[in-house]
Amino acid sequence: MKVSAILEKYGRKPSRLVPILQAVQEEYRYLPKEVLTYVAMVLDVSPARVYGVATFYSHFAIEPKGKHLIRLCDGTACHVKDSVPILDAIRKRLKLDGKQTTTGDMLFTVETVACLGACGLAPVVVVDGQAHGQMTPESGVEIIEGIISSEQS
Amino acid sequence: MSTRILNISDMAGGNGAKTQRRVIVCAGTGCVANGSYEVVQAFAEQITAAGISVTTEFKAEQSAHDLRLNKSGCQGFCQMGPLVTILPDGILYNKVKVGDVPEIVSKTLVGNEVIDRLLYVDPATKTHCKGIDDIPFYQRQQRFVLKECGVIDPEEIQEYLYHGGYKAAKKAVLEMTQEEIVSEILKSGLRGRGGGGFPTGRKWEAARVQKSAKKYVICNADEGDPGAFMNRSVMEGNPHSVLEGLMIAARAIGADETLIYVRTEYPLAVARMKRAVEDAQKMGFLGDNIFGSGQSLNCEVMEGAGAFVCGEETAMIASIEGQRGMPRPKPPFPAQSGLWGKPTIINNVETLAHVVRIINQGADTFRELGSPASPGTKTFALTGHVANTGLVEVPFGTTLREVVLNIGGGITDRRGKVKPNGFKAVQIGGPSGGCLTQEHLDLPLDYDSLRSVGAMVGSGGLVAMNEKTCMVSIARFFMDFTQRESCGKCVLCREGTRQLLAMLDDIIEGRATGETLVLMEKLALAVQKGSLCGLGKTAPNPVLSTLRYFRHEYDAHVFHKHCPTGQCKALAKPSIDPAKCKGCTACAKKCPVGAITGEKKKPHVIDQAKCIVCGACADTCKLEAVVGV
Repeated sequence: MKVSAILEKYGRKPSRLVPILQAVQEEYRYLPKEVLTYVAMVLDVSPARVYGVATFYSHFAIEPKGKHLIRLCDGTACHVKDSVPILDAIRKRLKLDGKQTTTGDMLFTVETVACLGACGLAPVVVVDGQAHGQMTPESGVEIIEGIISSEQS
Repeated sequence: MSTRILNISDMAGGNGAKTQRRVIVCAGTGCVANGSYEVVQAFAEQITAAGISVTTEFKAEQSAHDLRLNKSGCQGFCQMGPLVTILPDGILYNKVKVGDVPEIVSKTLVGNEVIDRLLYVDPATKTHCKGIDDIPFYQRQQRFVLKECGVIDPEEIQEYLYHGGYKAAKKAVLEMTQEEIVSEILKSGLRGRGGGGFPTGRKWEAARVQKSAKKYVICNADEGDPGAFMNRSVMEGNPHSVLEGLMIAARAIGADETLIYVRTEYPLAVARMKRAVEDAQKMGFLGDNIFGSGQSLNCEVMEGAGAFVCGEETAMIASIEGQRGMPRPKPPFPAQSGLWGKPTIINNVETLAHVVRIINQGADTFRELGSPASPGTKTFALTGHVANTGLVEVPFGTTLREVVLNIGGGITDRRGKVKPNGFKAVQIGGPSGGCLTQEHLDLPLDYDSLRSVGAMVGSGGLVAMNEKTCMVSIARFFMDFTQRESCGKCVLCREGTRQLLAMLDDIIEGRATGETLVLMEKLALAVQKGSLCGLGKTAPNPVLSTLRYFRHEYDAHVFHKHCPTGQCKALAKPSIDPAKCKGCTACAKKCPVGAITGEKKKPHVIDQAKCIVCGACADTCKLEAVVGV
């Protein structure tokens, strides 16, 4: 099992909990509950401690994420350059309501991040790890359409 | 091994690199997003096709005829990327596309001809600028921390060595006592570049005098301020300078373990710092017996996990120890009892990069720039509604006007055109800072002057805003951020920021009364007093500072239910100025709900009952006849 190898790599030290969870998330794309319990057992700490750390940091997800990850930067520079209308347009296209971030078909997860540090290109949208700069609501939706049509073909 | 290490300049590979021609493609985050990797690839192919010999490895035996193709770190002029520099000619091409590469190879590299259309055109004078030295954006800066960014290959330790790298670390380890290092830093007056501006030397001295066999130095690279990317650029562009500063700090306090805590949102910076650490280990600068001194020093790169509060020293320590990143009361200060209860100093990326220069050139040289109480230079990330966004390094004491209007090239409107009188405000210091207005344009920027007007240097984010920006929604934006990032330990920070956000929402959505403003101000002051760490103490700053300088905008929202900029949708009442409207029908065609009617060539009107305040009409109108949205 991969989790065992990860725990081994970090010497089963509770002090390395953050990098351990990062490695687990890299593997599963989120932190499944049963894995968190297993990690707690091996590290000999309470599941509450592991869960507490996993829910404290915004980088960790305890819900599964969609196949394609859309991260919209809403740092100050992107915000003043109208990042919110881009988010609205993308969410509308994907029919995401309220606080929902992942589409029902598990194809997309749409998140905002505080700042990606690419402020010179504001507003920025990162699609599956690739940054796109100087975006507009139209170009944002265009990227989504592109992914949808490539998924269908 | 030690004899080899003692001659650092020999290891850098002689003069071979100086005479040969180099093509440097910027590979900072901004340029990569604009396709700089593809440009590098195209260069490699085209150069080979043209029959020019090209090397991608740094070798001592290269001949002067060899052409060297490099990737560099961020050059700070991000919106003009991908940037391609050709040395020693000193040519800077901007916005280079893959399709431009064959022309650059045939005309510039083979034919020694400059291609005008790829040069930067100064918007003010319309002249073509051949290289960095001719571009006003760079001309007006004084770059030290950023000097080598964009020139050296950040993934090649030899290039750093060639530019005089690791001499300061070697000097600190082999020739200086701990007291000498600390006293030099004290003399320099260096203050922490990460936010508070605490004197670095005093921090070091406090840790140095502790009697402990184990001490730690942590480099704070958790640059969480939205709108700031100075540390990212330094780590991506010149990671060894940060590492060298860290080594000097470790030597100064007698630490044998160091750690670099980098934001996980900066994958390229993480990769480059890791590479730098590995290369330094191979060279014998890290590990056992560093520089042949018999001392050992280790360094680890750790990624954060997306919590702004971890930029606070004690929260960062908790995070490194595998806990929730929550701050604890000080004292004891980390210098007395930090990581694992041992004396620990935590310095910002930029602070450490300055340390290298102070050890190399002395405290007096460092003090030549800047003001007496804030010596040296500071990098700022200039973004928002300015013509030139990017990284700016200027001495402390430079005025806001110089940075924003001269280096930044002026304020732009929503279409990106420079507007002569468009300046409204600058937010400095991110969510902990405040705003500066027209009246502060001639204020010299330093730690103390900014504090006196209710703002702070912070890490150095400077977000310029034009007159179409609603200051109430800016305050709401920052409050939303700090409210989410509050770790929840202190009641006033956890609940207070949430209440402040709710009040701002009331104001923006038209539910507020005069009492809301009184209550908001009172609560803001209470949150400042009742919070443990910097996050809570400074969280109300954006509210207090916008209340101080833009009270009339709050009043308009609260008492007249009107947003002067039209940005707050709930209060916006878009209308068409009949004097400006020429009846081109463009807005009517664009309106998604058919709320705009009117005859051709006659002023149009907006039906308020149908209007959904989407702003599409205002975006479409070239005559700016749509007002109030």
